[in-house]
Amino acid sequence: MSALTVTNLCKAFGGLRVTANVNLNVEPGERRLIIGPNGAGKTTLFNLITGELTPDSGSIQLLGTDITKTPSRRRPHLGMARTYQIITLFPNDTIIHNVSLALLGLSPARWNPLTDIKHQGHLIDDARAALEQVGLSHIAERPLTQTSYGERRRVEIAMALAQKPKVLLLDEPFAGLSIDERRDVQQLLLAIPRDVTIVMIEHNMDVALEFAERITLLHFGEVIVEGNRAEVVDNPRTREVYLGH
Amino acid sequence: MKSQRLIALAIGLLALVTLPHWMPGVYYVNVASQILFSAIFAMGLNVLAGYGGLVSLGHAGLFGIAAYATGYMLQAGYGHPVAILTALAAGLAAAAVYAVLSLRATGIGFIMITLALGEIVWGLAYRWISITGGDNGINLHGRPEPFGFSLVSVNAFYYATLVIFILSLAMVTVFVRSPMGAALMGTRDQPRRMNALGFHVWAIRFWACMFSGLLTAIAAILFVYYQQFISPQAVDLTASAEVLLMVISGGAGTLLGPIVGATLVIVVKSVVSGFIERWNFLLGAIFVAIVILMPEGLVPGSVRLWRLAWRKRAPAPAKTERVT
Repeated sequence: MSALTVTNLCKAFGGLRVTANVNLNVEPGERRLIIGPNGAGKTTLFNLITGELTPDSGSIQLLGTDITKTPSRRRPHLGMARTYQIITLFPNDTIIHNVSLALLGLSPARWNPLTDIKHQGHLIDDARAALEQVGLSHIAERPLTQTSYGERRRVEIAMALAQKPKVLLLDEPFAGLSIDERRDVQQLLLAIPRDVTIVMIEHNMDVALEFAERITLLHFGEVIVEGNRAEVVDNPRTREVYLGH
Repeated sequence: MKSQRLIALAIGLLALVTLPHWMPGVYYVNVASQILFSAIFAMGLNVLAGYGGLVSLGHAGLFGIAAYATGYMLQAGYGHPVAILTALAAGLAAAAVYAVLSLRATGIGFIMITLALGEIVWGLAYRWISITGGDNGINLHGRPEPFGFSLVSVNAFYYATLVIFILSLAMVTVFVRSPMGAALMGTRDQPRRMNALGFHVWAIRFWACMFSGLLTAIAAILFVYYQQFISPQAVDLTASAEVLLMVISGGAGTLLGPIVGATLVIVVKSVVSGFIERWNFLLGAIFVAIVILMPEGLVPGSVRLWRLAWRKRAPAPAKTERVT
């Protein structure tokens, strides 16, 4: 059973086709890299997979279950988590509160209007554990406004990991990071256990190629090349539309 | 810090409990009652506008439905318990209708839908004469006697309002600190992200509307018993705007903000107006000053200025020697 299967997925905004018959089959534990020039439809594909956009046709299966019509808010409950290209956090809160919210999203306690959130012991402990995983537990109580861009990237990843996903979608996790920060995030991603399948969009080929096992190249919403690292990098189409000659 | 807050809370509570004894006259005790139920109304709107980011310009409509329900039931000869329960039920039912219709949009769209709903209620209050009495409104006589404790006197009504005010404040405090309160604030700041984290954004907002409706209905019942009268004036757009100004001027999304805002508006309307003929002008000038000097509202603005002053007073950190 595949972790994620996308079949003949199509999406158009008016007359503009942004996803055209995309097929994707990601095996459990796989590290898949999605590449393509700007406007290739990579983030749109993520938005379709996570349910933020509704496909015009085609289907999406998560761990063998058809989720094409499942509301986006239900998909994290089925084992899917994502990060955003543009960091999307809760700026008025502390780091640990951000991660606690991620945990709360999957907990029945989110409907509780009576108990203090600080008294949800397991929530706080799990949030700390997620922050430990990304190396931020020492600044857990720090307001988000007092953190660096790289730390915010790691908070995004901590929020996704805290939900213990089976399929993790990372949208340009290295975007805007310094060399040192990039190395830290790379180490962090390499340490994610194999029971988590990762699909990643990334432009930074140095770090991304080291991480990816299989690569899918999108161009104008279509998959034009797919294969392992060597196959994709050596393919003339990849050089033509993405890597350059 | 925590002990300072507890001391401030104790002093505030003591001042409120002893208020009828140190106020110069019953008129001012009545003004205090007005402040308390207006603050409950403002707290109700604050749940939605401050913590949920959903600014309503039709809350006086919800207020009016509960107030008219109380008046109508009492006029029809039902007892106080039935009238109060009916008003609460009507307020919650109206809040549910408001929520279902207005939560189709956020931002300007939400404001416009709530404004339209408020105007519909005002139109009904004005024109559905057989139920509302039209422009003449509904006159009431008498107040309830819970546990044999008559609320007819000014002081008794003040204490009953104070108890309900404290309970309402406690409810809001517990709610905003709860997981659901955190979820509501999350939907205000990042609704898309909240959805991606597994939260049902619409449902969270719906329950926030219901909680807001409950507090609004409570305030409306107290208002009717205080005024002994309800007319379309209490339901119009000015009333919706006034309670919104209470929330914004005091500080939206804070616990004390709506209380401070309600105090400001009621004191200017009921006390300062006795000394200054053009009190509306004064109130407008105060709002303009708040928006310019403390755009976040009086409570958070004062906290900011206090911290700034405190930082200036604190001794500067010792200069480190420069190594050249």
